[in-house]
Amino acid sequence: MDTLNYINNGHGLASWLLTKDHKRIALLYLVSITFFFFLGGLFAFMIRLELLTPAGDVLTAENYNKMFTMHGVVMVFFFLIPSIPAVLGNFLIPIMIGAKDLAFPRLNLISWYIYVLGGIFTLVAALSGGVDTGWTFYTPYSTAAANSHVITAALGVFITGFSSILTGLNFIVTIHRMRAPGLTWFRLPLFVWAHYATSLVMILGTPVIAITVLLVAAERVLHMGIFDPALGGDPVLFQHLFWFYSHPAVYIMILPAMGVISEIVQAFARKNVFGYSFIAFSSLAIAIIGFLVWGHHIFVAGQSVYAGMLFSIISYIVAVPSAIKVFNWTATIYRGSISLDSPMLYAFGFLGLFTIGGLTGLFLAAMGLDIHMHDTYFVVAHFHYIMVGGAIMGYLGGLHYWWPKITGKLYSEPAAKLAAGLVFIGFNLTFFPQFLVGYLGMPRRYHMYPPEFQVFNVMSTLGATILSVGYLLPMFYFVHSIFRGKPSPADPWGAKGLEWEVPSPPPTENFAVTPIVTHGTHQYAPSKEVGVV
Amino acid sequence: MFTNFPFFPQQASAQAGQVDAIYFFMVAVTAFFSILIAGLVVYFAFKYRRRHRDEIGHAIHGSLALELLWTVIPFFITMVMFVWGAKVFFDMYRPPAGAMEIHVVGKQWMWKVQHMDGRREINELHVPVGRPVKLIMGSEDVLHSYYIPDFRVKADVIPGRYNVLWFTATRPGNYHLFCAEYCGTKHSGMIGTVTAMEPADFQAWLSGGRADESPVAAGEKLFADLTCNTCHLTDTQGRGPMLTNLFGKQVELQGGGTVTVDEAYIRESIVLPQAKVVAGFQPLMPTFQGLVTEEQLLQLIAYVRSLSQQGEAPGAAPQSPTMPQSSSRPVVEKK
Repeated sequence: MDTLNYINNGHGLASWLLTKDHKRIALLYLVSITFFFFLGGLFAFMIRLELLTPAGDVLTAENYNKMFTMHGVVMVFFFLIPSIPAVLGNFLIPIMIGAKDLAFPRLNLISWYIYVLGGIFTLVAALSGGVDTGWTFYTPYSTAAANSHVITAALGVFITGFSSILTGLNFIVTIHRMRAPGLTWFRLPLFVWAHYATSLVMILGTPVIAITVLLVAAERVLHMGIFDPALGGDPVLFQHLFWFYSHPAVYIMILPAMGVISEIVQAFARKNVFGYSFIAFSSLAIAIIGFLVWGHHIFVAGQSVYAGMLFSIISYIVAVPSAIKVFNWTATIYRGSISLDSPMLYAFGFLGLFTIGGLTGLFLAAMGLDIHMHDTYFVVAHFHYIMVGGAIMGYLGGLHYWWPKITGKLYSEPAAKLAAGLVFIGFNLTFFPQFLVGYLGMPRRYHMYPPEFQVFNVMSTLGATILSVGYLLPMFYFVHSIFRGKPSPADPWGAKGLEWEVPSPPPTENFAVTPIVTHGTHQYAPSKEVGVV
Repeated sequence: MFTNFPFFPQQASAQAGQVDAIYFFMVAVTAFFSILIAGLVVYFAFKYRRRHRDEIGHAIHGSLALELLWTVIPFFITMVMFVWGAKVFFDMYRPPAGAMEIHVVGKQWMWKVQHMDGRREINELHVPVGRPVKLIMGSEDVLHSYYIPDFRVKADVIPGRYNVLWFTATRPGNYHLFCAEYCGTKHSGMIGTVTAMEPADFQAWLSGGRADESPVAAGEKLFADLTCNTCHLTDTQGRGPMLTNLFGKQVELQGGGTVTVDEAYIRESIVLPQAKVVAGFQPLMPTFQGLVTEEQLLQLIAYVRSLSQQGEAPGAAPQSPTMPQSSSRPVVEKK
């Protein structure tokens, strides 16, 4: 009696594990990254528990160091980097451009298996005793001193990198070659532009981190002198190589979130975006300029002062396109028809938190100020405002926005609003005090700390508790919606875009007839042009 | 329970005020734009709330004037931040001539300090107020970072090279010393106290306690114990270059090029003697890697330097021409 869609078209484990449907692969990713998200969250909670008191009393120093290392590795490489592209991008890009699938469906499935293989290596590293190098794997500690499972964890990062590269490749080819007739570049949804820019960074940056962790393994196992001065190497060389990828990696996390926010703001203001081409090109500008700022991570590592100045000025320049986006989103809601549904609440949360996260980045790009702030909790707070306040808010906003499309079911809106509120409050309570304690001088990665920092840490831990409730709630109402939720119509929000014109959930082939596009997305106001045929 | 929790670090060095000034400027800019964006979002969300189900927004596609406005204004604000930040960095980067030198060696998980008159400390640092102090820092094992929050100064301590940190303490008192670069299990235990004292108190402290030999004297002794003096003669060229009056000079290298004889070059020549051989000499010298500790290296360097500055008081050594903050890299990869 049900109409055939991608979910009921084929049953049994094999029909999922061997699927080439981008929508099913997106769900495979959804399940696996959700697992890693809660695993990384568990590590974070152990950190916050330890820091409730100044003394090192909950965990041993060794285990504490492993907790923050595993938290960073899991969250960065196995949650944040794949989150929006591999789940929402995978599901939506073909539909948004009127295609039946990605350009390389088999490659897409292989990417997921590679991701899982990398994840298994990391899990093995965690279960067999953990890693204690920090997610940054700084040398010579990681190659000469650490006694933990560095190689296993590094291989996990190495392997999962290929998943990223192949996904980026798949997206770029798909966006170039598979757009529906009439879907010109400047009619593309901004979500697609953001993923195009992200894919460029994935393809160009990820090989560098792969090479770098291989060199770490080579030095650790074969004692090749690359980074360790005792073997004739240079430890700061590692920092250059590491940040050459890992700074652009921040843009891999935030650019897709920006794409999500562009879609949500338009949908819930029922209005096309303000300054489309400025938002589209600012994504490309961020992706390209973002490759030239890595040196701002090593101002106090003895880098040449002139190199430092160059990295500082470029870091300021890369802030401008982000500012342009924020102003354009704000201008978009001017004279809109604004509905505060849960995705829009996440988008507003993003706007506030990303603004603070971006502006506090300006503090750290000021060389003279960075001397004091480098490696303190101010840095920790700053990048969590970007990665959690920005990227995760974007991810959750997108998940709420497209959930009815993905599952064909409606979730409980009051529960979702409550979760969005808890996440916003919990997040700020967790991380805002860290700006203050950071300026006071509390270094990051400290198992014990002087007692005068305690009040800020207690606030952080309290905030983290609220935040984790906010993150757990969607697990309940999302799962509940799958079994008990009301069926969703094709377009539950009254939004525009090709994805809202196909049924919820979409059929396996997405479109019975390839659509012909005659205007950009999110065109709400009556226009002389005709709509999608 | 929380009777003593400050919200702002003390300003206890000459540099602290400069750093805080940028900080306050940044806080003001951040507060202005955060409140602006949040205020507009909340105001618009209320003013333009959806009033009936099928309402749609106005079609507004953009405005070039506005786009230029909010491109140019942030650009200029960030350029002010850049110039200001770079200026403060420059001021904090160059130690003034005549700064009091102190040797610091970081190792897992302690800070070892030696003053020029020989007095040693562990996890403590005593300095006089009102006088520039220059720390010459090396590491015995992994990366560390010497951080005094109340002075607003920090520099990574990197194995295989020397980094310099300088400050002028302004207020007597005890201040936190932290290792800021993750260095292994007891990273958070690699902390200590910096004590700033009135100059007279500092002199009293320096002459009290058990003073070891000065680094120069210890270095001279090492120079003999390791039989460096059989090749590096003091009055004539032996199998190795004569070291008298060599420090700070440029020397020609075998195979072309020149190098300035500074701390980094001397260190490299002891640890990796084949890396840069002075023209006219054979690459005969064996490596002393593993035979001398980081502290002994600093003592040997202090001795070699003393051969070029006879008559000057230790601790008031003139500024070396190129301290290896970065420009000269001591470690080169050799085939």
